[in-house]
Amino acid sequence: MSPEFSDKVKKQVQDILAHYPEKKAALLPVLHVAQQEFGFIGEDTERMVAALLDIKPVQVREVVTFYTMYNRKPVGKYHIQVCSNLSCSLLGGAGLLDFLLKKLNIGLGETTKDKKFTISTVECLGACEQAPCMMVNFDYYGDLDEEKIDKILDNLK
Amino acid sequence: MEEKLLTKLFEIKDSFTIDVYLKHDGYKAVEKAFQEMNPESILAEVKNANLRGRGGAGFPAGVKWGFVPKGVDKPKYLCVNADEGEPGTIKDRYIMTHNPHLLLEGILIASYCVGINTAYIYIRGEYENVALGLEKAIAEANAKGYLGKNILNSGFDCQIYVHRGAGAYICGEETALLESLEGKRGNPRLKPPFPALVGLFQSPTVINNIETLSNVPKIILNGAETFVQTGLPKDGGTRIFGVSGMVKKPGIYEMPVGTNLKEIIFELAGGMKDGKTLKAVIPGGMSAPILTADEIDINMDFDSLAEAKSMLGSAAIIVIDEDTSILDVLKIVTKFYSHESCGQCTPCRIGTKWINKTVQRIADGQGKIEDIDNIKRLAKNILGKTLCPLGDAAALPILSIVNKFRQEIESYIGN
Ligand SMILES: Cc1cc2nc3c(=O)[nH]c(=O)nc-3n(C[C@H](O)[C@H](O)[C@H](O)COP(=O)(O)O)c2cc1C
Ligand code: SF4
Ligand code: FES
Repeated sequence: MSPEFSDKVKKQVQDILAHYPEKKAALLPVLHVAQQEFGFIGEDTERMVAALLDIKPVQVREVVTFYTMYNRKPVGKYHIQVCSNLSCSLLGGAGLLDFLLKKLNIGLGETTKDKKFTISTVECLGACEQAPCMMVNFDYYGDLDEEKIDKILDNLK
Repeated sequence: MEEKLLTKLFEIKDSFTIDVYLKHDGYKAVEKAFQEMNPESILAEVKNANLRGRGGAGFPAGVKWGFVPKGVDKPKYLCVNADEGEPGTIKDRYIMTHNPHLLLEGILIASYCVGINTAYIYIRGEYENVALGLEKAIAEANAKGYLGKNILNSGFDCQIYVHRGAGAYICGEETALLESLEGKRGNPRLKPPFPALVGLFQSPTVINNIETLSNVPKIILNGAETFVQTGLPKDGGTRIFGVSGMVKKPGIYEMPVGTNLKEIIFELAGGMKDGKTLKAVIPGGMSAPILTADEIDINMDFDSLAEAKSMLGSAAIIVIDEDTSILDVLKIVTKFYSHESCGQCTPCRIGTKWINKTVQRIADGQGKIEDIDNIKRLAKNILGKTLCPLGDAAALPILSIVNKFRQEIESYIGN
């Protein structure tokens, strides 16, 4: 079955389109909406978005593969992205990544069996004053240590 | 002494709301611009203020605005750079979350000055919550008549839209940003033509950083002379320095342009964390060549840092301690650029990967002494041979680290 946007999302897309003189300019925001709706951007979603914006599916593929935030495969309910850049590393970010991987018993880029957590690394999140930090979906968590990570994960149902 | 031009309201409760902003001279500069000034006199004021771009390159904002041709019948655009991808940089997030209306007012004045009716704020995708806050602020400004049609009965229309990126450092480069906004991969464009003539949707376009535009209301309200007096004659105003790494009090510190780096680290940011010893400082975001501990008695302005063969960039200060291996720093720097190269130019695409691999090999204990000169050769092959400045931004810090810490790197290589 090919994916389709709900009516609410269709309205959202119409609002986005109104911001630009050219439909194609809405591609990044529409892909964000699509990912929010379906969890990832699969091939059929690419085709649907292409049809919506009057562009070729390959033009969507080009963009989806360029930007790191679009998931081409499903991720867990909580996508944990640990900053691996300099300020966070200076303050122990790498150790915390290992701690998380061990705690959830998965490798980097993998998802837990219950599909709850995926862990990846990310370049500087622009929150270096709170190093070491990470993002869970779109929420930032800073000044991390093992204890704090335990608490954060416990609160994610 | 801290000089709070942009960060003054940050500590006040609900400083992000239009009501608080209005209580503190909010939108007074726009009123003045509309009632007492015209586009020409605004441009003259911004030029006289010597407001240099806060995004990295330090180009004077007034001069940039002046490049936009008059009397073209195409729409013109303002693209506001909120990509904030330069490692260490945090300042634009603070402005957007704590005083978004200051930014909106700056955008409005710049747009009026250049004759622009549509502005896009291109914000990095990870800042989703920041983007939502900006959209709220825009809605507030619309509701109060500071945006939209016939603003304050001036006959001038202006709308601002927030556009989210999706995780690509290169989209902070101005022409990659334009490509990205048009719904494409963020591949930088060949210049010329410059965006002032052919930019977004083939139309004349101004691209400015968040902090740059947030200075504009202050210049209009207090005058260019005050602004220059706050900073330096050729580099006016303040900078919001972001300090991170091994300091006691990481965070943002707004200080006059030209404040001493040592003072920022040891007085404002409280000095070294856990009694560590200072080893090195990256003074302007990761793209800035590194300074050793004995080079930090330096004034933080574009010209002083250029003289020291580094750069002020985004004024993001990363403090590195003696216990950190320089190889770890080099590994992170080279991994970052090899990951973020857009791949259009061979020296940048291949060079950054090879350097990263070589550094990794040394870190794994497999390095040879020739590797050090190989890294330098590869970096020099990137320098000046690429389409956009990312190439140099990768090569220069790498060369500075290898040159200044050669002995330490050699010590990781077995005999
Ligand atoms: C690789 C690269 C990344 C950049 N990233 C940013 C950024 O995240 N934010 C920014 O404002 N400028 C960034 N710049 C600088 C912009 O290209 C441009 O000079 C700036 O937005 C112009 O605004 P300003 O004159 O107000 O500083 C980057 C430049 C390069 C080469
Ligand atoms: S220098 Fe690097 S990032 Fe810039 S255009 Fe060339 S390959 Fe892309
Ligand atoms: S280095 Fe981790 S947020 Fe900047």
